[in-house]
Formats: sequence, structure tokens, C-alpha cells
Amino acid sequence: MNPVESVARQAPVQSTPAALFRIAVLGNPNTGKSTLFNALTGSRQKIGNYPGVTVERKVGRLRAEGPTSPIELIDLPGTYSMAARSLDEQLATEVLLGRVAGEDPVQGLLVVVDASNLERNLYLTTQLLEFGLPVVVALTMIDIAEHRGIEIDGRRLADALNAPVVAVHPVSGKGIDELRARMADLGDMPARVRPPIPYPEPLRRGVEAMQHRLEPHGLRPGFAEAIRLLVDQGGAIERSLSERSGTEAVALVRTIREENADPAQPYILQESVTRYAWIREIVSQTVRRQAVSRGSQGQERLDRVLTHKFWGLLALVIVMGAVFQSIFSAATPAMDLIDRGTGALGTLASGALGDGALGSLVVDGVIGGVGSVVIFLPQILILFFLIALLEESGYLARAAFLMDRIFARVGLSGRSFIPLLSSFACAVPGVMASRVIEDRKTRMATILLAPLMSCSARLPVYTVLIAAVVPSVMVLGLVDTQALAMLAMYLLGITLAWPLGWIFRRTLFRGKSSAFLIELPPYRVPQWNSVLRTVLERGWAFLVRAGTVIFAISIVVWALNYFPHPTEIHDRYDGLRNQTTDASALTELDAREAAEYQHQSFLGKAGKLIEPLVRPLGWDWRIGSAAIASFPAREVVISTLGVIFSVGDSENEDTLRRSIVNARREDGSRLFDLATALSLMVFFALCAQCAATLAVIRREANSWRWPAFVFGYMSVLAYLGALCTYQVTRLLTGVSG
Amino acid sequence: METTLDRLRAGGRGQVAAFLGDIDAQRYLEMGLTPGTEIEVVRFAPLGDPMEIRVRGYALSIRKSDAACITILPA
Repeated sequence: MNPVESVARQAPVQSTPAALFRIAVLGNPNTGKSTLFNALTGSRQKIGNYPGVTVERKVGRLRAEGPTSPIELIDLPGTYSMAARSLDEQLATEVLLGRVAGEDPVQGLLVVVDASNLERNLYLTTQLLEFGLPVVVALTMIDIAEHRGIEIDGRRLADALNAPVVAVHPVSGKGIDELRARMADLGDMPARVRPPIPYPEPLRRGVEAMQHRLEPHGLRPGFAEAIRLLVDQGGAIERSLSERSGTEAVALVRTIREENADPAQPYILQESVTRYAWIREIVSQTVRRQAVSRGSQGQERLDRVLTHKFWGLLALVIVMGAVFQSIFSAATPAMDLIDRGTGALGTLASGALGDGALGSLVVDGVIGGVGSVVIFLPQILILFFLIALLEESGYLARAAFLMDRIFARVGLSGRSFIPLLSSFACAVPGVMASRVIEDRKTRMATILLAPLMSCSARLPVYTVLIAAVVPSVMVLGLVDTQALAMLAMYLLGITLAWPLGWIFRRTLFRGKSSAFLIELPPYRVPQWNSVLRTVLERGWAFLVRAGTVIFAISIVVWALNYFPHPTEIHDRYDGLRNQTTDASALTELDAREAAEYQHQSFLGKAGKLIEPLVRPLGWDWRIGSAAIASFPAREVVISTLGVIFSVGDSENEDTLRRSIVNARREDGSRLFDLATALSLMVFFALCAQCAATLAVIRREANSWRWPAFVFGYMSVLAYLGALCTYQVTRLLTGVSG
Repeated sequence: METTLDRLRAGGRGQVAAFLGDIDAQRYLEMGLTPGTEIEVVRFAPLGDPMEIRVRGYALSIRKSDAACITILPA
């Protein structure tokens, strides 16, 4: 079912006070629409989701001016045309048509138009003018236009569009007051007359037929809706009609299309050619062009370097290196701080609540669980800060331009580059960053591959195990074998991502992706205000929506690891503790007690249950239960191994390494020989043991199906990978099975 | 003499003639590549694909596989 329609049926209707005047804000991407929205509403914004869909709903109150009725602004996703393709665009159309339940109809439109790119921006504008709602046009990027020698006569443009036009500069606040005043006037404006675009006869007749003949099906579309029904075959409006009114209505739509069709000129050709011809006429009357000034030469010079065969690629490597490095290292102090903070909070809580089940729930379940969510926040904030900077400056589009060729081979696009690169730091921001990919199939394939990139949480697993079992030998006097082993772990995910991407695009997301058509906007200085706002919005969205899921899962795993928790163990160790006063012996006893609890817990039992399954990987039940325990977050495997091997303080990597070296199987042989350690590393390189990532995938894909699929395919991959690694390593090292 | 957009060199100009073959023409028409519109090839990406074109005063990146479906009247 069409998700937007489902909203219309299920969502409870909330009504806003009648006095509220609602204005939708629309415009092309890269017009500075968000900056303007922020300047108009300040901090009086509410961000949420439209119920049932992932489309973000952003509303704000206009800062009041004088005794007018309050105005609410609804920020709709940037789009090039009203012929809706993505879910975002479809929702924008439905909001304008007043078809989204819980949303009162909008009463006016604010159209944001980039003055330096007038012709293309007016395409959407003329479509919006046909909705019949009162319209105000805000002209942005006046400075860039002037740099390019473009001068716009605002009054003439207003006459031609039959709508007020206000030139604005949101950063300096120029024009904002006037725009507010024009918006306050919107309610008193007479009903709009359609712009006199001279459409060809077949298109006009078709639109008229759509407007009149669908009445038996309960639909009397206005001009704007009728033209979309006529032109967009299989488009969003047609789909939503089919759901509301059934297949008969759609059959009638098709009949009307056929009756009026001109075989030489498809409707879309008639629409676009006529619209653009009319626009060019207006532009020629209202725009004065001077010789190209120095400003745009500077732009071109910058582009010549940044897209150059050598310098451009070098610049890309440097920029991406810097991005990667900062998510990796700049986040570390903040992450350490959070880690220590939750640790201290845990100590405090366990002091207050004692050692019982409640104490353990609060300390290990609640504080540990919340901590495992919050720990990602520094990386997310830094990554989104940098992405917003790159996006606003115009560089992100160039990076996609440079990299597209490589990704196109496997059915991804240049836009997949940033999300995948970010995933080396953490798949959570990586998955969230894949929103920059407009095409759904490409976006989904990118999201499914993101968790395969070796994230920073895998690093401690690699470090500890490599240090424990891989001998440090210099190869060819150049590279350390330990470094090589680390590199191999990173390459593993990348190497597998290519064939998998290719497979996903030929099975799950088959078919041609929508055209890879990206605008290369002019370079400009980022607006700190809107960059920071984006960062905070993303961070908050992560905490609230992903956090709740991770929290719940952490509690479940805690319970499995804690219960049944027989008191007999505690009593026995208390007896032993009373017999000694030696501090190190007491620590040793505590550690052994913890290990025995682990043995008793449901998780320990589960480990034994799956032992036959993991034995071919070279694991015993202890490693098996550690792998299960690390489901919420893979780095947990280190602390779990610590508990199992009675290290007590697992934070001390050296002690842990020694205990891993010393761990024995029941027959007395070393547990972690090279084959077992490599198999465990490969497993963790490929598995999807990360509740945060799965929760974010659910959020972005709006269904549990996809995180379930990711967990499934990666677990199978991890198991097979570990199996091959273990068996092959044993063959090579000459140990017989 | 008609050619296709992907065959123009960097700096080459022409007018959009028609859309042929497997291409989502609607996207390109909406972005302003209507028949008769002047376009200029600005450059090709370092790896040869995609290409940057200038149309109606703005820059657009498109893949050569799509450009091969757009016929051009060279200037």
C-alpha cells in the first residue's frame, strides 16, 4: 500500500487552532531554502516524522509581526518538479492537495527561487502557481547572480508571475521583514489566476477532460492535479488515485490520455517545452545580463583544479582523509569522556543500589545500554558537521562527480561514496548519510553494504586478538605481519562489498536506477547557522529514535547474561572470601565468581547449546556465548571474554591479552591458536553484531525487513568466512583436524 | 549533422534534438533539456565518466550512458 495514503487513513486527525494561517515552503534543492526557513522561524521549529513514513516533517512559527494572525510554515522537501518520484516529493504534493490526515490544508505558498539560476527554478514555480493558492516568491542568491552579471527586475517579475517577489539575504537579514509582511498579506489576496502558459491543444483538452470526467469517482481535480494525472504515466498522483478510487478510475485516466494523445508529441514534451518557452519569455523581459564578471571566472578556476585528473583526485584524497581522520581521532576524547562518565555513573549507582538484581539492571542494563548509544554521538555529530560543510560549500556534488565511475560499475553511484567511507568510522552515521542518495534502489544497496565496512568498534577486537596470536615479524623488511593482518581485516569487507553490491542491484533492487543527474551548484561559503542546526537535528534524531531500540535490546541481553543467578554461588564465594585477606586473592575470587555466574546464565547455556555449531569455526562454548552477548554491540565481545576468562578488569588490554594466550581447552591445548583467533576476527569483521546499526537501518528503510535481512546475510557471510578461515589456516599450519 | 551528447568533446556545444532509447526523458526535460536548448560540454570527470554540461545557465552532471540517448545538433 502506498505509505502516504496509509497515513491519510490511519492517522488521528489533530486540528490546529483555526486562526493559524499555514504556508508551505517549497523550492529547488540548493536554493538556500533551509537557511531562509531558519531565518524566518528562528528556534520556533518542530521536527518530527509524518506518521508512518520516514519523510521528515518540519514546521515552524513565523516570528510574529504586528497584530496579524499567527503563521505556521511547513518546510517541504526540495524538488525540481511537481511530478513526484521519491516519497519526499509525493508527500510534498499530497500536502499541497490537502490529502495528508492530521495536516490542515495549506492556505498559501512561499516559493524559494535561486536568482542565479532563474530559468530552471521558475519551472517548479510555474507548476506551483497552477495550484490556485496565493503565492509569495523569495529570491535568494542575489549576490551570486550579481557576480555573474545577472540583474533581475523584481517588479516586472512580480507582474509576470502575478505574485509578490521579495529579494532576500537570510544571513544579513535583508528583505526578511518585507517577506514577512508579504506573507502576512497572503490571506487577503484574491484567488489566484493561473499563469497564461499557452499549452498545446491536446494537453489542454486532456486536462479539461481530467477535471470533469472523474467526478463519478469522487474526484474533481484542480488544474495542477489534472495536469499531473495526464502527464505522469504511473506517477504518484495516479497511484494514489488507484488506491482511493480503484482501478476503474485509473482506467478512465488512461482512456482520457489516449483520447487526447498526440503521437508526435508526448504530453511531457508538450508540458516542458511550453513551460520553458513561457519562462524564457519572462526571463528575457525581467533579466539584464552583463558580461561575465570575475566572480564566475573564479568559480571556474576552482572547478578546474578540483575536478582535475591529478589535482582533483589528490584534493579528494586529502579531504576524505581529513574527514575520516576526524571521525576516527577527534571523536576519541569525547568518547573516552562518555565512557568514563558512564563508568563513574555505574560505580555511583552500584554503590547506592548494591549488588542485587536491581543494581545490576541499572548499572549493566540501563547505564551500560544508554552508554552504548551515547558513545556514538561524538562521531555522528562530527561526521554530520563535516558533511553539512561539504554539502553547503558545493564540494559534495563534485566528490560524487569524481567518484561516480567507480561506483556505477556495481550499480551504486558517486553519492554512495561518503556513506561508505563514513562507515569505516561507524556505520550508524554512514547509514544516516545515505540520505544524500536520491534514487531509492541505489540508496538501499548502499545502506545494506555500509555495515560491511570495518568500523572503529571492530578495532579493539582486532587489536587484542592480533596482539595475542599473530607474531610480529617484518615482511621484506618493510611491513609488520601484525599490521598486515589488520590491513587484511579492513580489505575483507571492502572486497566483499563489490560483488555483493552487484548482486543486490541485480536481485533485490533490480532495474535501472533513476537517472544519475546531479546539479553542480556554485561554490559558496557555508552558513554556520544552518550547518550547526543540521548537526543538532541529526544528533537528536539518532538519540531519540535509534536510542530507544538499542536500549530495549541491551536490557534483554543483560537479563540473559544475569539470570538465573543462583544465590548458592554467592554464598560459596563469600565463604571463600572470609578465609583470606590478601587483596589479589580477593580480586581473583571476585573474577572467578563472575565467571561462574556467566557459566550459569541463560547466555552461558545458550553458548553451550550452540557449541556444535561453532566448533567447526574452532570456537568453544565460551567464545560462542561471548559472540551472542555481543549482539547489541560488537566491542562487547572483548569485555565478555574478559569476564569469561576471569580477568576481572577487562579494560586492561595487556592482562586480557595474556589471559587469551593462556586460555586452554578441556584437553589442555591452547584455545586461541592462530586459526581460532583469525576465525573469530573474520567473524567480527563480517557479522552485523551492532544493534545501533540495525536500529538505524530500520529507521531509514522504515521496515524491520531490511535490518533483518542485513543481520541474516552478514551472519551467514561471517559464519562461512570464519569457517573457511579456520579450516584453511589449519591446513596451512599443518595441524590435522 | 546530428550526433549524441556523449560524443561531444569538452568545450563542444550544440542544441538538444531528441531523446532516444532507454532514458528517463522526463527528468531531463524538467531539468531544462528541452529540444532546441543550447548546451555546452564543460568537462569529463577524471575517470572519463560522468560528464559536466552547462544548460540554461547552470551546471549538471550526467552519465555518458544517458548522454548517448540524447541527440544533439552541433553548433
